[in-house]
Amino acid sequence: MDSFSVAPLLALLAPVLGAAGTVALRDRPPARELCGVAAGLVQLGIIVTMVPTVLDGRTVSFTISTFLPEAAIGLRVDALGVVLAGTSSLLWILTTVYSMGYLGTGPDRALARFHGYFGLTIAATMGVAFSVNLLTLYLFYEALTIITYPLVTHTRTPEAAQGGKRYLAYQLGTGVALLLPAIVLTYTQSGTFDFVPGGVFDADDGGPLLVLIYVLFLAGIAKAALLPVHAWLPAAMVAPVPVSALLHAVAVVNVGVFTVFRVVLDVFGTDLASELHLGTVTLAVTSVTILMTSLYALRLDNLKAILAYSTIGQLSYMILGVALLSDAGRTGGVLHLVGHAFAKITLFFAVGSVYLASGRTAVSELRGIGRQMRWTMGAFVIGALSIVGLPPTVGFIAKYFLFLGAADAGQWLVIAVLAVSTVLSGGYYLRVMRVALLESPAPLLAGGSGGDPSVLPKPSITESPALVVGPLVVTAAVTLLLGIAPGPLLELIRAAARVP
Amino acid sequence: MNEITAADQIGFPILSALVVLPLVMLVVLAFLRDQRTVRPVALAGALIELALTLVLVARFRTGGADFQFAEQLPWIDAIGLSYHLAVDGVSILFLPLTALLVVLVMLTSWSTVRHQPKAYLMTVLGFEAVVIGVFAAVDLILFFVFWELLLIPTFILVKVWGTGADRSRAALKYVLYMLMGSAGLLIGFILLGVNHRDAPGSDGELSFDLLALMDVSVPTGTQTTVFFLLAFAFALKAPMFPFHSWMPSALLDGPIGMAVFLAGLKMGVYGFLRFVLPLVPEAFTTWSWLIAVLGVVAILFGALVALVEPNLRRLLAFASVSHVGMAMLGLASLDVQGVQGALFLIISLGVTSSGMLLAAGFIHHRVGSTDIASLGGLAKPAPGLAVFSLVACLSAIALPGTIGFPGEFLVLLGAFRANSWLASIAVLTVILTASYVLVFYERAFHGPVTSPVVDAVNDLRPREAVAALVTGLAIIAFGFFPGSVLETSKGSVDVIVERLDRPVGERAVGD
Repeated sequence: MDSFSVAPLLALLAPVLGAAGTVALRDRPPARELCGVAAGLVQLGIIVTMVPTVLDGRTVSFTISTFLPEAAIGLRVDALGVVLAGTSSLLWILTTVYSMGYLGTGPDRALARFHGYFGLTIAATMGVAFSVNLLTLYLFYEALTIITYPLVTHTRTPEAAQGGKRYLAYQLGTGVALLLPAIVLTYTQSGTFDFVPGGVFDADDGGPLLVLIYVLFLAGIAKAALLPVHAWLPAAMVAPVPVSALLHAVAVVNVGVFTVFRVVLDVFGTDLASELHLGTVTLAVTSVTILMTSLYALRLDNLKAILAYSTIGQLSYMILGVALLSDAGRTGGVLHLVGHAFAKITLFFAVGSVYLASGRTAVSELRGIGRQMRWTMGAFVIGALSIVGLPPTVGFIAKYFLFLGAADAGQWLVIAVLAVSTVLSGGYYLRVMRVALLESPAPLLAGGSGGDPSVLPKPSITESPALVVGPLVVTAAVTLLLGIAPGPLLELIRAAARVP
Repeated sequence: MNEITAADQIGFPILSALVVLPLVMLVVLAFLRDQRTVRPVALAGALIELALTLVLVARFRTGGADFQFAEQLPWIDAIGLSYHLAVDGVSILFLPLTALLVVLVMLTSWSTVRHQPKAYLMTVLGFEAVVIGVFAAVDLILFFVFWELLLIPTFILVKVWGTGADRSRAALKYVLYMLMGSAGLLIGFILLGVNHRDAPGSDGELSFDLLALMDVSVPTGTQTTVFFLLAFAFALKAPMFPFHSWMPSALLDGPIGMAVFLAGLKMGVYGFLRFVLPLVPEAFTTWSWLIAVLGVVAILFGALVALVEPNLRRLLAFASVSHVGMAMLGLASLDVQGVQGALFLIISLGVTSSGMLLAAGFIHHRVGSTDIASLGGLAKPAPGLAVFSLVACLSAIALPGTIGFPGEFLVLLGAFRANSWLASIAVLTVILTASYVLVFYERAFHGPVTSPVVDAVNDLRPREAVAALVTGLAIIAFGFFPGSVLETSKGSVDVIVERLDRPVGERAVGD
């Protein structure tokens, strides 16, 4: 059942207004930052009010414009959309607070620009989360690409320009060359752009073409970073930590995975997907992605690079979950979308906190830092446990569902992949923890290797300011809380994963 | 298909008023002695014209395929000529577009045209009157008269106010190219008129009335002949590959104002949509493969040349060739959505191309050149110009949320239905478009400032900022709300596409 409401539009407009407020107050920190926080709280409130409705299996709609006679630009909120929107909204608030500590609240107008674009990014994410059809989704998906570009190149250094170019080339190139044709072909085959639970295609028409469309979707949704369209994510490492958080946890990759979910569930539908063996195709791609990135991350020393490759692998877990085409698998996939966001943002916040306090960016430089930055490294450990999939974190619950789903589907090979990659990711996160927690502090050297040479290591390292530590403690606490008491969230996740 | 007269609809001959008003203003300007009042008076005239076209759009009845605001006076009865103006869903939107472009050109040439500003503005007003005539004429010979008259102001504008050293050659080249097609166009129209006289079921009179001609069947042989005669003339004007070579020189050496009109008003594609598709549908259907192939080649060729072209204005000329190719691909799809997309595309390009050319004009006025070598880092001294250019660029690469997207999207939808191989090639060139536009933007606006001229550049002046703002808002507003445009054109496009499916001959027998 569908009811009309302006609530989805308001959720989308709140961050736009926040961004406008930030720009209007550009010379008055910290009011400009608080503007974003306020908008985030309003937005989160609006999203929460829609939760009971979607739990009932109903939807809330708002049509923005009749774009084509066959397809409006419109919003429709369902459980899956609320999962993405709620995660982004909450993490946006925390990231804004974190940015106040990390980037400061100086008079620099570049910061106003930063927070302004950040707000617009969230608006585009809402647009994707609440898209009623492929056309609307594509519109906001591409808008997200453009809006995040100035954030990726925020520092304006030559490296940032280089990384930004690669980011833009991957995103726009795949979007236009693969995703757009996939959408057009979907329409010419099915006669609709709409998302319909159970799929839009007639199972009889053109199997091979449908498989081609599916492959175009998978490769065209570069934001989900499946191999071989993953390279934009490491390239975007040049951005400051709050932007990494945005890419890896708040918005961008979540949007990518969410779009794959929509395509599998509401364009193809699980029945057709299993008939055409699309699940198998996806399992193969995701398994390769998981193993390759895990192996690659083992050789890396730069913390942000490790996290970037870890993200690529974790995104494939989520997609793998949905591709298992079983209830438990889907639940695990959707839950992992949320759990990973909180865990990964904790890790990035912690890495940023370490950099802020010590100027260090490489694992080998972290010797003994756990003793000097207890809160930061404590949170890091929780985040890492969750990514590896150990209790008592939300990552464990998600992985449990994934294993269960794989067993249900009889995919023993997938279980093997999950097991191996758990060991591998355990390997590289344990190395960080061992160096940081168990070894004694290193003698100080001028200029961290790979760090910014202008930032000399401080003589004595102390914990970062409260505005930095606060958010990362909160995200770590949520990671734990969802691992211990996932009940209420799980209800929403199951609705999103279409578990009867 | 019926007609609703202007008398019934609005009470006065509004289309004639739109043709005459610029001419009246032209005469008023001629008598103005004070040079300082020339520009405001001309602008006021252009604004009234724009307001009048908006009234026209507001009173337009959407949903049907009727020709509206019609007015008809006998002209030369003996040969079936009449002064017959009317607009339908295909043509109406070109009127406000034309009026808008004139306003933008006047605003932006305010301080850049220093040589004989009064004569310049008079020529622009004369041009406006003729263009309105082109879009409103539904008598073929009347259309032809306006079509040929167009050459005069264009020639004068390029030759006298061109910014390049080669402007005389560019002006001559343009006129020669256009004349090549004219003779054929007239012959084609006369063949249709004669066919009307001889066709079974007609009243035995010569007629050049679009509506009357649509009611009689045309034999296949005649259709083919007329198709090639008309297609050649319109392909030259569009310009369609391989008949495009007048355009780069006209855009480079002509004044920016004229470049805006040449690239913004796709009259060649309009000619196809207005006359070729409805009047010789069978031949168009038969030869649509040729149009589609040429369209795809044009998309590819234009984009590849633009990729290596170091001058912004020449780059825009080749981009225009590429975009026209996309529109032709839409027409050749013979599909409702493809044809609607083509129409939307050429209207949207009026806004997008003008935006890009206005930006080029701002740059030329400040730096004295649009060569990439002399630019670089413009965003630093002129952030407003950079933002405006970026919006226009994003629309040029057809990003969703801009006016550039719906048209291209619909064309691709239609093209995929018609021929998925050609459509796939067209899709790939979209990436080329994105590359040449973004590469240019990057090199011109970002990076270090290397030239002292660039460093001293001013940002947009108030009048320029108004022009930029209006264009930018139009790009975004119609990107999100294209429905109104599509609604306006739908009825007429449906009828045109229906005729492609069911040729006139069958209609005449069946109805």
